[in-house]
Amino acid sequence: MSNDLLIKNARIIDPNSELDDEGSLLVRNGKIADIFINKEPLITENIKIIDAKGLILAPGLIDIRVFTGEPGHEFRETLASASMAAAAGGVTTFVTMPDTLPVIDDAALVDFIIRRANATAKINILPAAAMTKGLRGKEISEYGLLKQAGAVCFTDGRNSVSSSALLKTAFTYAANFNMPIINHLNDPELGTGHMHAGLMATGLGLKPIPYEAETIPLERDLQLAALSGVRYHGAQISCAASVEIMRRHKERNNNISCGVSINNLSLNENDIGSYRTFFKLSPPLRSEKDRKALISALKEGIIDIIHSDHDPQDVEGKRVPFAQAANGAIGLETLLAAALRLVHSGEVELKTILRALSTNPAKLLGLNLGKLEIGTRADIILFDIDYPWVVKENELLSRSRNTIFERAKMSGKIIKTFVGGKEVFALTER
Amino acid sequence: MSDNFHIDENSKNNKAKPPKNSFFQHKDLLGIAQLNQVEIINLLDRAEEMIAISRQPQKIFPSLTGKTQINLFFENSTRTQSSFEIAGKRLGALVVNMSVKTSSLNKGETLIDTAATLNAMRPDIIVVRHSEAGAVELLSQKVGCSVVNAGDGIHEHPTQALLDALTIRRHKKRLNGLTVAICGDIAHSRVARSNLLLLNLMNVRTRIIAPRTLLPTGIEKLCSEVFTDMDEGLKQVDVIMMLRLQQERISGKLVPSMREYYHFYGLDQERLKLAKPDAIVMHPGPINRGVEIDPLVADGTQSVINEQVEMGVAVRMAVLDFLAGEKAEPAK
Repeated sequence: MSNDLLIKNARIIDPNSELDDEGSLLVRNGKIADIFINKEPLITENIKIIDAKGLILAPGLIDIRVFTGEPGHEFRETLASASMAAAAGGVTTFVTMPDTLPVIDDAALVDFIIRRANATAKINILPAAAMTKGLRGKEISEYGLLKQAGAVCFTDGRNSVSSSALLKTAFTYAANFNMPIINHLNDPELGTGHMHAGLMATGLGLKPIPYEAETIPLERDLQLAALSGVRYHGAQISCAASVEIMRRHKERNNNISCGVSINNLSLNENDIGSYRTFFKLSPPLRSEKDRKALISALKEGIIDIIHSDHDPQDVEGKRVPFAQAANGAIGLETLLAAALRLVHSGEVELKTILRALSTNPAKLLGLNLGKLEIGTRADIILFDIDYPWVVKENELLSRSRNTIFERAKMSGKIIKTFVGGKEVFALTER
Repeated sequence: MSDNFHIDENSKNNKAKPPKNSFFQHKDLLGIAQLNQVEIINLLDRAEEMIAISRQPQKIFPSLTGKTQINLFFENSTRTQSSFEIAGKRLGALVVNMSVKTSSLNKGETLIDTAATLNAMRPDIIVVRHSEAGAVELLSQKVGCSVVNAGDGIHEHPTQALLDALTIRRHKKRLNGLTVAICGDIAHSRVARSNLLLLNLMNVRTRIIAPRTLLPTGIEKLCSEVFTDMDEGLKQVDVIMMLRLQQERISGKLVPSMREYYHFYGLDQERLKLAKPDAIVMHPGPINRGVEIDPLVADGTQSVINEQVEMGVAVRMAVLDFLAGEKAEPAK
């Protein structure tokens, strides 16, 4: 069995089964075949052995909010280039957003993404399809056909669907096909500003985005989710007030979840400094108080999922006055390292971080992934939690350079990434 | 308080040209936030000398002889542009005016491209006005010469704040300890922001008077007191600065109508009596008579609005001289 692979001497962490122990893991035919804790693995003749030397072995990361430029804006990012960045960041599965040209609102286009991904990408790519036709927020798209073609959830990506009546229909119809809905939370009228509504926005003379641009749509969505019974995921919350709304609704509805962008966990409004457009994001970077509240909510389980919110933008979109600049930052490659900062600072347990990055997104989408269970596909990562490195934009694998972590010092790096038991990334300088 | 939101990365990043003045160590004037008290006093003192020059029959102080000054205006402004033009010409500079019509589609790229093009023509000073906050700073990072901010979005308008300070100082003989009320559309005013920064730095008590829909977030931290009742706010002030209310804010957007606004926030003769008897009335112009100010007040004895225009030229001469002047020396 030359396909067998044994990773030994690893610290094996499985957030799903709460496992955290020294041991070995056996991969056979692309699947997890056995896990040996406190016992010697049976070694057969033709087996490949990797000595992890104490590195952490965990389920591959699942990122449910990734923008690429394919189809339509391949100069920003292709599925292939995004998959290379993902593999280097330990992301073994990601969900593409439908904001492409054309919009992914048709079964044939879902099929296109899946086939392009299979042909060109190193990792597993799953398409999200548009919640409304053309992302116009007017009519629901063909949820049944889209699901059959392979769409894993419905969302309008960067667009926030805001008609209450349409949302009620969308949620109810999605529930009919047992499909999750993800809605970006930004009121299209209140949320037309450029940064968090604080003293900093006043000083810089930038149009403010108040908290209510997020809390009003969140509250509305959660009430409609309760009414329809849909599996609802609030795309990215950014402030303490949203945490409280989620907490209240979670007490009586266990079909709802929410995510947070790694950006909002890592930085605050002050990082915008002197009109630094790479830090122009949606939702915007909020106050430090909000960032702390988001971290607590992650710890408590009010926030379920961390997204990279990987959004490649070219210089034309960012080298302009702040108000005119596009939102978004790349993040696949820095996702784990940035999240590990919260572990190193003692704010969040490692298992909680890994759960929000693998187990929980798998559960939301109903994927048999995000866990180290015998029989599941061997999407696994090996990482060194203390590995020191400095983020340099020209060394990142994404086609676009708009990282918010340029020159940031990180501790923790992916050493190897496996998808279906196959090595798709190995750190070379080690 | 100003340091909380302004990081002046510009002055340290640009090594293209060493500053000429030992007492004014900046390549550009992008905002009041980059200045300290001493620099402001030096600028005002220099401007006083420029007033004298401007009142001579031969209005020339040739410290910019042979230099090229480009006035790059992405937003129309006859007043500010002519003021900078006259200032540059009185200093002997070759002044070129450029009004750039921007399409809403591709504004940003035009800005950077224009900067690169102009930079290649080797100007010594570029004076820029742009409708977006931060645009002037962005442009300054792409050129080697000095850049003066002539207004960027609702961020800053430093020469306006300097000319206002000069006008006040000439009338009141000081800045320290005065009470200044700024009334009107604070939320959308770069003039208000620059003035607050400057006046706070000079230990002036600053009052803000506006309806809540025209107040920006956190304004209470940027001034001494906030009033929504104009009559209360005007009591015993030394200076009243009125701001222009843009037409697009009226008719139900942020205030319901012109007449309601004038009724509660217009400066008329009755209201003026609430201020100190020797209070002066200022306005950055252009004036909307009957919207924010009574014509009788605008053209009355306490109005210094026309004097502000004269001070504008003097202050801009001082700024241009400090940034690019050859014979610049500290004012005594």
